[in-house]
This record gives sequence, structure tokens and C-alpha cells, in this order.
Amino acid sequence: MNDPVVLSAEQLHKDFGEGEILCGVSMQVRKGELVSIIGPSGCGKSTFLRCLNFLEIPDRGTVTAMGVTIARNGGPWRSAEEHLAHRLRTHVGMVFQSFNLFPHLSVLDNVMLAPRVVKGGNAEADREEAMALLEKVGLAKVAQRYPVSLSGGQQQRAAIARALAMRPEIMLYDEPTSALDPIVAEEVLNVMRTLDDEGMTQIIVTHDMRFAEVASDTVVYMDGGHVIEAGPPEVLCVNPEHEQTRRFMRTVL
Amino acid sequence: MNTAQPRPRRLMGVLSGLFAALLVLAAAPGAVPAAHAQSKPFHWAADSSADVPYTFHDLKDQNKLTGFEYDLMQELSRHMGAPLDFINNDWDGLIPGLQRGLYDMVICGIEITDEHAEGIDFSIPYYVTSERLVVRRKGKQFTTLADLEGHKVGTIKDTQAERMLTNNTKISLSTYDEETDAFMDLVNGRTDAILIDGPIAKYYGETNPALHIVGAPIGRVQYGIAFAKGKNTELRERVNAALLAMQQDGSLHHILVRWDLWTPEMAQLTNDHTQPNVTPAAWNNYVAELQGKGGLRVKLERYAGFVPQLVRAAGLTLMVSLCAMIVAVALGLGLALLRLYGPRPLAWLAATYVELVRGTPLLIQVLFIFYGLPEFGISMSPFVAGVVSLGLNYAAYEAENYRAGLQSVAHGQMEAALALNMTHPQALRYVLVPQAFRLVMPVMTNDFISLLKDSSLVSVITLTELTQTYIRLSSAYFDYFGTGLMVGAAYLLLGLPFVRLARLAEKRLAMPHTRRR
Repeated sequence: MNDPVVLSAEQLHKDFGEGEILCGVSMQVRKGELVSIIGPSGCGKSTFLRCLNFLEIPDRGTVTAMGVTIARNGGPWRSAEEHLAHRLRTHVGMVFQSFNLFPHLSVLDNVMLAPRVVKGGNAEADREEAMALLEKVGLAKVAQRYPVSLSGGQQQRAAIARALAMRPEIMLYDEPTSALDPIVAEEVLNVMRTLDDEGMTQIIVTHDMRFAEVASDTVVYMDGGHVIEAGPPEVLCVNPEHEQTRRFMRTVL
Repeated sequence: MNTAQPRPRRLMGVLSGLFAALLVLAAAPGAVPAAHAQSKPFHWAADSSADVPYTFHDLKDQNKLTGFEYDLMQELSRHMGAPLDFINNDWDGLIPGLQRGLYDMVICGIEITDEHAEGIDFSIPYYVTSERLVVRRKGKQFTTLADLEGHKVGTIKDTQAERMLTNNTKISLSTYDEETDAFMDLVNGRTDAILIDGPIAKYYGETNPALHIVGAPIGRVQYGIAFAKGKNTELRERVNAALLAMQQDGSLHHILVRWDLWTPEMAQLTNDHTQPNVTPAAWNNYVAELQGKGGLRVKLERYAGFVPQLVRAAGLTLMVSLCAMIVAVALGLGLALLRLYGPRPLAWLAATYVELVRGTPLLIQVLFIFYGLPEFGISMSPFVAGVVSLGLNYAAYEAENYRAGLQSVAHGQMEAALALNMTHPQALRYVLVPQAFRLVMPVMTNDFISLLKDSSLVSVITLTELTQTYIRLSSAYFDYFGTGLMVGAAYLLLGLPFVRLARLAEKRLAMPHTRRR
């Protein structure tokens, strides 16, 4: 636990106009750590995750990722902040519950699009790297197919490959297996385990308690826009400190 | 024939002033290089759109002008020893254009009356005729105005004939903008007679097998060449001298006999009672050209003769439509993006543009751009004006299509692109727009077909596209049916390949899941 902190969030607040969804959420993530965020639906865990790469713009609070800091103080979102968010996102990849692959492009083109558009560079090298990533997630054979002809598990693995193509240091997953049946979900989780072994920093919002318990370095329990408690899974999942967490664990396990 | 009062003809009555403004700009460059005073051409104007037998497009070759006034002007040019250049203008713009100095004179069957003389200066009369009655051969034969009391009589708006008819309150009057319409209604029994200037009665009435001229000539009608009031006295005197010379040397007589328009009144005016040995060749040609109506073979041959004109017109229709569609697609996409993703003032502007353009008739827009904008120094050729006005109009509709298309692309697509560190513009360009484009493809095809047909509106800005060609051919030959079928078929043939092409493109570009089905 002496690895450097690569991502930190301090006192994030978010209100969509119907009461605060995030009421001052803070978190620190170290390099190579795998963090699972759990909690009941509507507890703010997805919103928190989306605030980390500014897909959702927090009203107040500070996010620092790989040395890029964006502090919000309730003002309008300015273009200077948009530039910072752009810099921050070069370090942070994201995977969505509904995959969000680009349906008009083949799997390979899905993976190659962002490097080509954002970074430019050598098309041939991009292609090789994209194929290597697809190989890694077990999709080399379907590289030329369109997303719609893939199974859900395949689509989600393609989405991971697509995010990895931008060479992020941190990966965010927003309920990556919620739309999948347990068997194909396992394929996706295996990819995440491989990445963990390679030292990738990963933050996962999930309902999959088994994965959270077995694979995570840290589990965070959120409820009502607050982090209730955080700790290693063997503590948090088995013998949590707070009554609220204990009650949640009883219902899901 | 017609008076000099602007009468609302076609759709442009109100816009005659604007028209004149356009012509200032259109005519100006033509009159520039004049090294020697003698060789500087004078400009004369007429409305050549369908005015048989004054100045009109030759039935055989629509690119050639002919008519007894046209011939007269060629002769006048020889007598004056000065070149005369023709400028076409719509009837309503003729006198305003004259007053604004777009050209030097107008010859278009303008009646010399005291009222007109208040607004314009006239040459000496170049032609004297009378009003004639035209009725159907079958049915009651009216021969005088008194016979027609209690019946319906047609004529052209704002003419001496109209004034005569209004004086007799027992005659019910139908006034028309176009000669062809007046004669069509007589043939179809909507009116019982037409009272009209001699030349028109002869060329429209006598050539129609169902009609004939009856009774004695009524009244006296004198045509004069019009000049701007109080200006150009020197030119007017030169023209008068030349006209007088033409009366004396028989060349005017010669022209009028060629058109079979020599009248007793002319003989009296010129004191020329000779019978020159000239055949009415121009009249005979015109009649022969119309005679084609008879046999099916002749008719088919004539239709075959239309084909080159129709092809040319179809080409123009297609070019205007294609260029306009390109403008519409590009601008429409820009508007849609501004409206959805632009900064608020620009989004508001885009929305206002769409509402403004969708809420006003395309015809008004076409006229405004062609005739209105030159007042502010923005002058376009008819082609460019046609493309611009159609393009600007359809851009509004395309913008709404694309907006709907973009909105129907899942929200997650934008998020995924942003999370991959694309900028908003990159996300739009590579992710959202390509998907939206595929979604709206069928609607766009529809719009293009509709644009192809709406391009007929540019005929009001002097573009001889398909519809304008239809108007010319049908009114020249009195054949709305056959030419109508041909022009309709031409539109269909133009549209079909695009329907096919669009279907192909739809298949090619279709979202993979629709393609697999």
C-alpha cells in the first residue's frame, strides 16, 4: 500500500436539481489498485464515477488524476476547465453498462477511431496495436464484424479494448456486467483481472458482490450520496463497521 | 393591346420595381465599352414571354426572337444607322425599367392614350389597328357589342378594350393576364366572346379552328414606342425620323404585309394605298407551324422537335436542383449542429432562421432574393439566385431532419466519444453525424424529389427550366395536354434515377443491423 495516489476526489457535490446526489464524496486511489464501489441503486455511485472523468460535471469539489487537477466551486463550466478535462481524460478510460460501441463501425474501427482522430499518427501502427488489444480481449476473430452481430460479452470486451487503445493509466467501469448473464459476465471480469495483474488502476461500480469480494483491493460502500465506509473486502464484506453496510451485505449476499 | 399601366401579370405585379432594380445591375455591364458615339447601341425592351405576334420566341427555335415589332426594330436600326440591343423584361417591369434608365425605349404594343402620355413620351404611331370581336364558330353569332349585352366577354386587363367593355354595364366582363387564358376560356365556353386588339384577334382567334373574327372593326388603337418622360428627346426625334422614312419608303408596309397585319388605318395613316408584291410569309409560317395540330403524325413530329428543348430545360432543372441540394445539405447540417450544440445566441439564430424560412412561401423567397436583394447591391445571376433561394429554403427543412436524426442517436454515443477524449466537434463528425445521416437518408431522398419539383418556381426569375418551357410551348401551340404529358414525363425521368440511387445508398450506408435483414 505504498504505491502513489494516482486519483483523488475531494468533497464532490452534485445536484441535478432534485436534491443532492453527491453530498461531499471523497476517495483516494493508488496506482494498480482495484476499487469496487457498491451500494443500493440511486446511492450516487454511478454519478460519482462519471464525475471522475467529468462526463458529469460536479458542482463543487476537486478531482486530481495523474497530476491534473480540476477544482469546482459552483461556477459555470468554462472552456479552460474543458481543456483541463480533456487533459485529464487522456489518463482515464471508461466502460459503460450499455457498451455504447459505435454501431456504424466495425469492431476494429471502433478500437482505431479515437487514436486516429485524437492522436493522429501512423495508421499501420494503430491497426497493429488495435489488433493486439483485440487479441488480448479474445476478439481478434471478429475484428471485421459490426457490434450488433456480437454477443453482449463480446461487445463489452470490445468496449474495453476501445478504451485501452487510448493507453489510459486509469480505467473506470460503470456497471460493466449488469447487462450480461453470469457466464458471459465472467469473460469480461477475466479481462479486468488480467488488467489488474498488469498493474492497471481500475475503479468499478458494480452489483456483482462476488467479484467485488474476490478481486478488489478495496471495496467502497456508498449510500445516500455519502461514502459510508471503505476497506479491504475481507473486512467490508464480512465484518463491516457500520450497521447500514451490514444490512446491505445481508440483503445481497 | 396592353396599356402602360403596370398590370399584375404572372406573379410579379408588386415586384415590378424590384425587377427594375435588378435590371439596372444586369444592364449596366452590357452598356460599357463605347469607343465611338455612333456605334454605341441603344437598348430597347419588350416582354417576349408569350406575346404573339409582337415580339416572341420563334415556334421552331425557341432561342430565336421574332414578331412584327421585333422585325420593325431591326429595320429601325438600319434606318437609324445605330445598333439596337434587345433586353427582355417582364411586362410589369417594362415602364419602371424605362424610367430608371435600364434601356432607352420600349416597344410592346403600348397604346397611345392621353393617360399614358402623362407618364411616358411616345414616338409617332408605328401601327394603327382596331379592336375585334372573336367568337366560337358553333353557337350564337354575336357581331356587335350590343349583341353581347347580358353575355360574358373576355379581354386583357387594363386595355382600351377593357375600358370599352366597362362602359357598357350590361356586358359582364372577364379580364385576363394572358391572352392564351382568355382564348382557352372562350373555346371552353366560359365566355361568349373576346374583344381584343386586331393582331391578337388574328393570331390567336383566326388560327384556332373553333373560333373566328366577326363583325366590323371597333374603335381605333395606336401603338407608339415609349420613352422615359422628358428625357431622350434627341433619340426620340431620331426614331421618329426613321419611322417616318420607313413609312415613306415602304419598308414598314413590307414588314406588316409579311405578318399580314396591314390595316386600312395604316393605309390612311401613311397615305400608302399600294399593294406591294409581298407574300405574308411570317403569317404563313406561323399558321403552318400551328397547323401541325391536325394529324397525329405532324403532332408527333412536332413533339419530337420539342425534345432538344426539353432536354436542355431538364438539364437546367437538374443542375439547379443538384446545386441547391448541396447547399441545403451543407447549410442544413450546420444549422442543425448550431441549434443543438452551438452557443446560445447562435442556436437561437439557427432556430429563428428555420422558423422564418419554413414560415414563408418559397416563391416569395425566390423573388425576394432575385429582385429584392439587388437593391442592397447583392446581385446574382438567375441561376445563382435560383440555387441560392432553393438551397436556403431547403436548408431549413434539412436542418430539422438532421436535428431529429442527431437527437435520435443514442445519448450514450456522445458520452462514449467524449470518454475516449474526442472533442465535441470530433464526436459529432465521426460518431453522431454519420449515424444521423444514415437515419435521415430516406427523408433526404424524399426532399430531393420535392426540390426537383419546387425548382419549377425559379421559372419566375427568367430561367427557362422545364416548367417555363412548358408554359412557352403550351401557350404557343395551345396544347396544354400533349406538352404537359411530355414535361411531366421529363420530371419523372429526372426523379427516378435519384430514387434508385438513394435506395442503393441507403443499402450501402445502412446501419449494419438493417443491412443484415
